[in-house]
Amino acid sequence: MTEIKASMAGNVWKITVDEGEKVESDQDVVILESMKMEIPIASETDGTVKELKVSEGDFVNEGDVIAVIE
Amino acid sequence: MINKILIANRGEIAARVIRTCKKLGIETVAVYSEADQKAPFVSMADESFLLGPPRVQESYLDTEKIMPIAKKSGADAIHPGYGFLSENGSFAEMCEQAGIRFIGPSADVMEKMGSKIAAREAMEKAGVPVVPGTDGAVASSDEAIEIARDIGYPIMLKASAGGGGIGMQVVNTDQELIKAFESNSKRARTFFGDGAMFMEKKLDHARHIEIQLLADSHGNAIHLFERECSIQRRNQKVVEEAPSSFISDETRQRMGETAVKAAKALGYVSAGTIEFLVDEQENFYFLEMNTRIQVEHPVTEEITGLDIVEEQIRIAEGKELSIRQSDVKIDGHAIEVRIYAEDPETFFPSPGHISAFELPDGEHIRNEAAVTDGYDVTPYYDPMIGKLIVKGADRSEAISLLKEALLTYKVEGIKTNIPMLKTVADHEQFKNGNTTTAFVETYYLPMIQTN
Repeated sequence: MTEIKASMAGNVWKITVDEGEKVESDQDVVILESMKMEIPIASETDGTVKELKVSEGDFVNEGDVIAVIE
Repeated sequence: MINKILIANRGEIAARVIRTCKKLGIETVAVYSEADQKAPFVSMADESFLLGPPRVQESYLDTEKIMPIAKKSGADAIHPGYGFLSENGSFAEMCEQAGIRFIGPSADVMEKMGSKIAAREAMEKAGVPVVPGTDGAVASSDEAIEIARDIGYPIMLKASAGGGGIGMQVVNTDQELIKAFESNSKRARTFFGDGAMFMEKKLDHARHIEIQLLADSHGNAIHLFERECSIQRRNQKVVEEAPSSFISDETRQRMGETAVKAAKALGYVSAGTIEFLVDEQENFYFLEMNTRIQVEHPVTEEITGLDIVEEQIRIAEGKELSIRQSDVKIDGHAIEVRIYAEDPETFFPSPGHISAFELPDGEHIRNEAAVTDGYDVTPYYDPMIGKLIVKGADRSEAISLLKEALLTYKVEGIKTNIPMLKTVADHEQFKNGNTTTAFVETYYLPMIQTN
């Protein structure tokens, strides 16, 4: 089980996967928006999205868990 | 006469406008979001009002909050700064209807120039050369490919309503074009509510050179020469200077005259800027018109001795320009660098707490800072936390002073692009004036990759 964490503070602009969906390493899971820039957050491993911890529009701080991949 | 100005903006530009108002004896009203409570511009103003939560839709873009404050405070004019509501025609109209002067051009001109496609058409009509490209919006990626056959790659794909580099991409092949067309059109729809795309030939080794204009409501228009803003990252400017060391006096004069002619043809009133791309043979092509004050206006102020914000206010009061074209002279060379809260290598944003902040100080060093010691840089707004402007008798003197000033510019606690700016200021190609829009990709990025 791996956690995907926010690399910086920002708003969750888009979630590009659903819970239960299979993802590959380097696949974008969430797109954060910070300081007028979009920052894609990718999964570091192959696996299945076990849980999404955020919703679109949420504010996250650096290090917050965005999703759990199993 | 204008007696009280509400500044519908934040950061360094709000502080900048307040400074000129104080000089002119005009009262000031600041509006701010919850994220900006401790920002310097809030305490500088005579009065300040909280707008609401940090997000721009609930604060700096929320006209339903801003207009009642303007009325309640008795402001007789609104200065929109840059970004936010500065190029919003319906906001300008709202101000006029409320009997409050909008410091800027008419809603009509603003809207025309806000659509890149309409702006291209208007400029062509006014006899201003435009970059080879499409006359109107491109309907589909199939049509885009057909057009690409005519123009030839590389091509710059742009969203008509775009800005700040969003919805814009260089493409080199049909495959890239198809992919980029869909994704940028979608992004433009999300960001600007308009997915219309157009195409222009991407000019290699081009420079970004723009002409500052002043036009009054009596039909007078003059230019304040050019600014060269070629060094950019993510299609956003980083280093700006005036005058350009690249163009000849003859080109300078032709560009200025062309811009003035365009302003008159448009019936433009207020300060404004026409941006051009200039190729290696000094041919210039219209890029876009900015109908507001620009971030880089201080370099023009430094070489002309004029206060552009003051001119904007005078023009809004209905006064005639107090200067003629022949009064405007270039004195020395000025360089501005934008200080961004971002990683100097990836250009990713770096919000956070500023634990130490110290500005360089000295003759011919000018600071426009948006933050102070102990300030929290939030992720809600643009990453620019300040601007450093230096002036020298000539370009090499200005570069030396820039290097010196950057050495004492201290920002701790967050990442900034200061290391990048130091590298640029020290770079042989920068010193030689080889400042094309490809500078960052050609010289800077390869350098940090090898280190």
